[in-house]
Amino acid sequence: MLIKIHRRSDCLESDVTPEALYLNRRQVLQGAALSVACAGLPLMALAQEGRYEGVDAADAPAWFDAKRDEARWEAVVAEGEAITPYRDATNYNNFYEFGPDKGDPAAHASKLVTEPWTVMVDGEVAKPRTYSVEDLFAAPRLEERIYRLRCVEAWSMVIPWLGFPLADLIRRLEPTSSAKFVRFETLARPEQMPGMRAGFSLIDWPYIEGLRMDEAMHPLSLMVVGMYGRVLPNQNGAPLRLIVPWKYGFKSIKSIVRISFVREQPATTWQTMAPQEYGFYANVNPDVSHPRWSQARERRLPGSLFSPNVRTTLPFNGYADEVSSLYAGMNLSNDY
Amino acid sequence: MRYPWWRLLLFLAAASVPCYWLFLGAIAALGPDPGKVLVDNLGQGALVILLCALAMAPLQRLTSWSGWIAFRRQLGLWSFAYAVLHVAAYLYFLLGLDFTGFTAELVERPYIAVGAIALLGLSALAATSNRWSIRRLGRRWKKLHRIVYPIVLIVLLHMLWVVRADAGRWALYATVAAVLLLARLPAVERKLAGRGMVKRVRSID
Repeated sequence: MLIKIHRRSDCLESDVTPEALYLNRRQVLQGAALSVACAGLPLMALAQEGRYEGVDAADAPAWFDAKRDEARWEAVVAEGEAITPYRDATNYNNFYEFGPDKGDPAAHASKLVTEPWTVMVDGEVAKPRTYSVEDLFAAPRLEERIYRLRCVEAWSMVIPWLGFPLADLIRRLEPTSSAKFVRFETLARPEQMPGMRAGFSLIDWPYIEGLRMDEAMHPLSLMVVGMYGRVLPNQNGAPLRLIVPWKYGFKSIKSIVRISFVREQPATTWQTMAPQEYGFYANVNPDVSHPRWSQARERRLPGSLFSPNVRTTLPFNGYADEVSSLYAGMNLSNDY
Repeated sequence: MRYPWWRLLLFLAAASVPCYWLFLGAIAALGPDPGKVLVDNLGQGALVILLCALAMAPLQRLTSWSGWIAFRRQLGLWSFAYAVLHVAAYLYFLLGLDFTGFTAELVERPYIAVGAIALLGLSALAATSNRWSIRRLGRRWKKLHRIVYPIVLIVLLHMLWVVRADAGRWALYATVAAVLLLARLPAVERKLAGRGMVKRVRSID
């Protein structure tokens, strides 16, 4: 018997979209909607590949491809919101390890080596140990969630993430009852991260973020490995990042290498650097201004010269119904 | 008017840069947030031109070419023009021309107030940059136009307040400004002038 073993970089013949199909993909997708009942799976696969326009091809790890094929698409959607084009979401980033300008991450992140990747889990946990990304993602089914992303700098995007609830991961890691907070740490590897080698950065590496345990367990908190139907691009925090949609973007830490369960509120990067400007909670709040700019409005990207696309910022970034109970009794003007 | 072609060249160069930025914005080459890029570029442009204007007198002393000083007024006016465009771009792109709570913003955010003070100063200088004012103000004109030095410091403070985590470019501007301010100390000024003289003597030999 001939057993053919595929390398993960191999293309299968069945992966190749016929040119005629590609050129008429809109009609094909419309047709797919009709014929899906009878023709079934092959067309479903095609629909996933072509889900978003202008997405760069990715050389994803094998475990990701396997997971993606059984993902639950559009498990959470953002009603009435237009999804930000892939190009903008991947070329306008804050990732200071790669440089201070918005284009620096896209320019420099390709040097980052994300395979192999391990995550150290320690602190108040039953079995402290180091996991490979494959281990962490072996069990859960990926789901696509379309979330608003509001940056503390008063711009925002709408992005389809691929991941699974952080709560699922935490349950599997079995923290003890004395774990009150989760602390996350980003990779610090200066030889692949030019922003860390710059002389004038005010940031103390590695980048640290954290959540209160109940925030981390909230069903909206997501561990993310992909976006726009593909594996995460490096500049967006490959191979593993956090997304907390009701908080400012800097809480959603990228390229995680360590998860610690701790008793005390962790000292997080921006909050330590400028406590009067960035709080530990960092919930999106139009009523609490940043000392240097108002948070009442945001620029939904992409904007153009002819329509700046300025809109009102919503409390908890529009997720107030789901999350405001987490903060009952707290004064959010003090705990910003 | 001396150096008419040089002046025209400077005019065209300074006028074409914002037009080029607008063009880049219109063809979506400034990225997804073109308004923010324009606001930043215009602000930094105003600062760079202001530093250029301040460099003219020391350059004249160093090289003894009188052309430098002939550009100074135009450079100052361009700095003012960029600053006005910077504010206009801020109001249109970042505020979306929504002025509710703008006065509160002005009071609450020191960097906006500081920027407004700098612009006020530049307006006073621009308004008195014509020949009639120079003649009319006489000695007081020179005194008035010395406020350009505090204005540079205020502009640097305005920029420092906006920086989030990387102060590299700010440090560059601040260093240039420090060198230019030092060059105006009487002792340093005499030395620079001395060099210019030596050079001139040599060229006669």
